[in-house]
Amino acid sequence: MNQEMKEHVKQALKQGKRLDGRALDEIRPIKIQTGIISTAEGSAKVKFGDAEVLAGVKMALEKPYPDTPEDGVLMVNAELLPLSSPEFEAGPPSIESIETARVIDRGIRESKTIDTKGLCLEKGEKVWSVAVDIVPLNFDGNLIDMGGLAAIAAIKTARYPTLNEDGSVDYHKRSENKLELANVPIPITVCKLGDLFIVDPTEQEEKAVDTRLTITTLDENTICALQKGGDVPLKVEDVQKMVELAFKSAGEIRKILAEVN
Amino acid sequence: MTDFKRPSGRKFEDPRPMEAEAGVIGKADGSARFKIGDTEAYAAVYGPRELHPRFLQDPKTGILRCNYNMLPFAGDGSRVRPGPSRRSKEITHVTQSALRPVVDLSDYPNTVVDVFIELPQTDAGSRCAGICAAAIALADAGIKMKDMVSSVSVGSVEGNLLVDLDGAEEHMNENEGTDIPIAYIPSTEEITLLQMDGKILKDDLAKALELVKPALNKIAEVQRQALHKKYNSEIKE
Repeated sequence: MNQEMKEHVKQALKQGKRLDGRALDEIRPIKIQTGIISTAEGSAKVKFGDAEVLAGVKMALEKPYPDTPEDGVLMVNAELLPLSSPEFEAGPPSIESIETARVIDRGIRESKTIDTKGLCLEKGEKVWSVAVDIVPLNFDGNLIDMGGLAAIAAIKTARYPTLNEDGSVDYHKRSENKLELANVPIPITVCKLGDLFIVDPTEQEEKAVDTRLTITTLDENTICALQKGGDVPLKVEDVQKMVELAFKSAGEIRKILAEVN
Repeated sequence: MTDFKRPSGRKFEDPRPMEAEAGVIGKADGSARFKIGDTEAYAAVYGPRELHPRFLQDPKTGILRCNYNMLPFAGDGSRVRPGPSRRSKEITHVTQSALRPVVDLSDYPNTVVDVFIELPQTDAGSRCAGICAAAIALADAGIKMKDMVSSVSVGSVEGNLLVDLDGAEEHMNENEGTDIPIAYIPSTEEITLLQMDGKILKDDLAKALELVKPALNKIAEVQRQALHKKYNSEIKE
């Protein structure tokens, strides 16, 4: 983005205005579709306005890690597809994609949203692995929040593949068994520019703001993951305001997600 | 031989139901979604833009560069590891060759036009779907083209020639079958992609190449309709 545009976005924000006309604490219109990918055990497409992110869940039988013989394996991966934005390049995972995946992963893992013990079939020998892959189709900022929501919606609607009698997995038949969700972690990224705070930044806004804080919440009171980004420091009061905003936005998202089955 | 029934109930020469849409990715210069049965491809075109490293540049023309990629959850069985594989590199390579004959980039020397093809779900025929999506996306990007490129597979299962094999048929096909992906230029009926897996008799190959033509023309129509729909509706507004 050129310097003039960045300055323009900044100036507008400082007057409390966003280029798309939203209020500072307003999320773009949210749409969640699930069960859209025939080859995935669970899938979701999340739209915030025109921005679009896809998440798919694949499950497999694996040998558990030696240090956690009774736990299934959870993996969250994100890829910034060069298809979705001119700024993404093909090649090895960028730091942005790694950070996105790890922040979303942390929210799901630390909240014990998936009971990994429940994924164990045979101690030390056979556990289910759950791989969640997140990709933007139409990138326009806020990938952590969109990806986190898509991941949860995909996991929420995922069904185990069936097991054959010989112990192999039949991916063509999905069972009625759903993955149990113990929690609903919702990541919300709040950005700060000067004294102002915004949620759901577009790509342009992400480049214009000073700093950001992703706050993953589980309910009206509990935080389960944090990640600060950007080079400008935050004061304690800033963090408090950002946390308040995150709880408010997460509440709105939670209502929409509750209707997804 | 004649009492063979396709698992889907389709006629031998019928492709699966299709959907196509142009202009689905906001930040791309051109884009498309093409779905045939349960195989779905997205394509995005970026460019012409400067090509790096510079020694790859051609002072006479721009270069068409493709990338075919299956998303990790798009495979028939367990998760596909992200990143390029031998398979995806080969498909990328033949996809480029399938599209280059219709594309004229001589107005843009030293540049590259990137086509990114992503498949969120597949049920056989993914390279063909990718080519179909890419051709729509290139047209949507306003790239000078001689014609559309349309692509589908033709194969033989238990001695029957079938158009557009789906996953179930490919499965039946494993030991004795044949799968021939084809891409062609509808107006000249020239073939730009031709591969084959399996065995086929000389006469059957000729038959297969004839049998597949109506399906290819039907696909070309769906591709054109997708562009019509986008641009006609834009004019009305």
